[in-house]
Amino acid sequence: MARFGMVIDTTKCVGCMDCVVACKTENQVPEGYNRDWIVQDVQGKFPTVEMEIRSERCNQCSNPPCVSCCPTGASHIHEIGGVVLVTKDECIGCKACVASCPYDARFIHPDGYADKCTFCIHRVEKGLDPACVSVCPTHCMYFGDLDDPNSNVSQLLRSRKHHSLMPEAGTQPNIFYLT
Amino acid sequence: MNSVSRRKFLKISGATIGVAAAGTALLKTTQALSNKAAKGVQTIPTYCDICFWKCGAIAYVNDGKLWKVEGNPLDPLSNGRLCPRGTGGVGAHYDPDRLKAPLIRKKNRGEEQWVEVTWDEAMTYIAEKMQKIKSQYGPEGVALFSHGIGGNFFKHTMKAFGTPNISAPSFAQCRGPRDVGFRLTFGEDVSSPERTDIKNAQCLVLIGSHLGENMHNSQVQEFADAVGDGSTVIVVDPRYSVAASKAKYYLPIKPGTDLALLLAWMNVIVSEGLYDKEYVQNYGFGFEQFAATLQQYTPEWAYPETGIDPDVIRQTAREMERYKPATLVHPGRHVTWYGDDAQRSRAIALLNALLGSWGRKGGFYTPVSMDVPAYPYPEYPKSEKGKVDNPDHKYPFAHETITNGIREATITGKPYPIKGWFVYATNLMHALPNENETIKAIQNLDLMVVIDVIPSEIAGWADVVLPESVYLERFDDLNVEWFREPFVGLRQPVVDSPDDQKPNWWMAKKLAEKLGLGHYYPWKHIEEYYEHRLSAAGLSYKELKKNGIIRGAKQPIYFDEGVPAEFPTPSGKIEFYSLQLQEAGFDPVPKYKRPTSGPPGSFRLLYGRAPVHSFSRTQSNHILMDMMNENEVWVNAEIAARLGLKSGDYVRLKNQDGVVCNKVKVKATERIRPDCVYMVHGFGHNSRMLKFAYMKGASDAQLLTRYEVDPLMGGTGMNMNFVTIESEVA
Ligand code: SF4
Ligand code: SF4
Ligand code: SF4
Repeated sequence: MARFGMVIDTTKCVGCMDCVVACKTENQVPEGYNRDWIVQDVQGKFPTVEMEIRSERCNQCSNPPCVSCCPTGASHIHEIGGVVLVTKDECIGCKACVASCPYDARFIHPDGYADKCTFCIHRVEKGLDPACVSVCPTHCMYFGDLDDPNSNVSQLLRSRKHHSLMPEAGTQPNIFYLT
Repeated sequence: MNSVSRRKFLKISGATIGVAAAGTALLKTTQALSNKAAKGVQTIPTYCDICFWKCGAIAYVNDGKLWKVEGNPLDPLSNGRLCPRGTGGVGAHYDPDRLKAPLIRKKNRGEEQWVEVTWDEAMTYIAEKMQKIKSQYGPEGVALFSHGIGGNFFKHTMKAFGTPNISAPSFAQCRGPRDVGFRLTFGEDVSSPERTDIKNAQCLVLIGSHLGENMHNSQVQEFADAVGDGSTVIVVDPRYSVAASKAKYYLPIKPGTDLALLLAWMNVIVSEGLYDKEYVQNYGFGFEQFAATLQQYTPEWAYPETGIDPDVIRQTAREMERYKPATLVHPGRHVTWYGDDAQRSRAIALLNALLGSWGRKGGFYTPVSMDVPAYPYPEYPKSEKGKVDNPDHKYPFAHETITNGIREATITGKPYPIKGWFVYATNLMHALPNENETIKAIQNLDLMVVIDVIPSEIAGWADVVLPESVYLERFDDLNVEWFREPFVGLRQPVVDSPDDQKPNWWMAKKLAEKLGLGHYYPWKHIEEYYEHRLSAAGLSYKELKKNGIIRGAKQPIYFDEGVPAEFPTPSGKIEFYSLQLQEAGFDPVPKYKRPTSGPPGSFRLLYGRAPVHSFSRTQSNHILMDMMNENEVWVNAEIAARLGLKSGDYVRLKNQDGVVCNKVKVKATERIRPDCVYMVHGFGHNSRMLKFAYMKGASDAQLLTRYEVDPLMGGTGMNMNFVTIESEVA
């Protein structure tokens, strides 16, 4: 079975937020909310500074606490690509998943249900890249099947240094950052 | 001065593509679209206007409602990917604070009290005032300030009316010094989009230019390509910019001393014999004299000025040499910093000349364009008085009109009075330094017209405000761009305007008709104008309308590919030593002058761009404001600690003249020097009509009361202001 993931090249990302804007327009994310965001990780003292810029979102974890804690089964793992999704109509807005996510990736949509990045499954099922990936002006984001050794994402992970976010949380995140 | 702008750039005839001209029958079916009835998703190509880059875009309309905008893969500027502002462009259409109907002032100027009028009333009012100014002062008494391609038709109407006073802040408040510095050296401008071959540069030097935050799409895409390819990046900036985080060398220079660094770099390159000798020999003029003046500028000399270690200066100079001619010392864009900007830009040009990068792959390419003839309008009347902005050629190397020169003439009435201003799509209150001078000038006017999509501060000072349709709702002039490869782009309406807004071409044409100048618009609808120009070029309007872009065949763009190595300077060569500067009483080789320092305890105020905003024109776009809804003042972390400030605290900045800005959040950061503070430009709106943007963040422009005029070309150096930080009691 496919395991969808993203590989994001932090050496090229300029933190422009195009990925954030694209997600908003593609998915009609309401004003004041967003499914992805930018982190500028600054280390050191001026002028000996280093900065890693990351486009972050739900890590589409293979061991997602937000799914195991959901009392209604609204949060679930989709049969295609292992994407973590929420069935709106089954969600009671109890916020258990929001609290359980170590990445703070979820929010309660003004319409009352838990919302977050869907890996743009509606696009992926049509053979398109997620909106954020397809818009990025620096071409620093890659989307693909991590279980397929020949996919671009698998190849990048084999050839480049990378890390993921809070692997120690045991969530098995599927987004990787090239450094 | 000889005017050589682009004259020698290659012109590519559209006819080479072999497309037959379209028939005019097409016109009947292609009047403004209405998608209200349409069901499902429709896609319509157009080009973006959130900034002036003009990226090709594809707009998606869902059930008649504007949904999203993506890049047009056919477009060489965007390569199918817009920048964040372009992606957020839909927010401009939905902006609730947009201007909706023509307005005429009913109280004092600046009080923002209006009556709504019809288009006919507005145009009649304007035309009558213009005729009165013309009869009293001559047509030259009316001036136009304009920004972007949307101003083209108003320029046409103004020229037909008889005024040569047509200006844009993009010259004297932005890229002018750069283009002057490069003209003096190579005989040609850097032009826009910049002819910088970033993607092929193996070594890229950025001086204050913060690509990635400054989001000129093609440049940022190419910058990321260069970084991805492992090019050596050298960044010179008092602030650790995003670009600095990609750099092999980050040089945290003392603000205002870039010219000292440039001279020291050239000293190393010349004294160590690292320059491209064959190139300099073949194309250079006055190299010996130039080299002699450089001797004094050793890295040791530059060290106390710049704070950059002499070893680092040598190392980076050698690094540049290593990759020459594919070393690009980027000329920047907004370079009106210290008033010696044309000479600093000339030093950048000279450094590139030493590295042999002008005309070479990885340096500066020669832009190409389609040959789409201009519309054959009747000849414009000739002005007897000439332009008002630059009396007696005080600024001998200004090759465009100086905005602040017009402002000055409006205040003093010299060399002759200016009594009418048209301001198209540029918020002069944020674009020009020292807003009091702008207000003073406006108080002398008999007519002040602002044409814009949003009620920016300058609109508040108008007598008449004309609401324009946003770019997604209008046709605009053809974009016949000078770029890496020839192409033409079309802007066309995707959705209807929500209220009584009109496109600029319609307004400019109506106004001309009211002025009795209707014969300057021999076409009824702009599509007729397109048809005429495109068929003269052998291109099909039908194809352009369908695809948004027509591309021409690739052409040579480097000397090595056969572009003739011509330099339209007086000597016909690259002028290392400039006799024309010498004759005009200026330094033939740039000389460094230490910048003035501020009062003790003050910080130099620097400003720049954020990737999600364009100047002061996007702060009422709700999507972009969701990304960044106020600016921050960057303060060095140690300084902040000393002042008892932490990130998120609100402060006010007070400049040397006692001007205090709106409250602004502190960003305490390791990413800036201790002797300066930094803000993103464009925030702190105080136009009450901009309800959503009102008083969000602070305006850097308000604090720019001092400026230093560039003696070569009249540009306003604006990094001349110093502020203290006052905490804001919550
Ligand atoms: S669009 Fe690309 S470059 Fe811009 S912030 Fe997102 S990932 Fe980074
Ligand atoms: S994959 Fe789609 S939903 Fe997720 S952050 Fe990107 S654009 Fe948003
Ligand atoms: S650079 Fe961005 S804002 Fe400017 S035209 Fe291109 S997409 Fe639009």
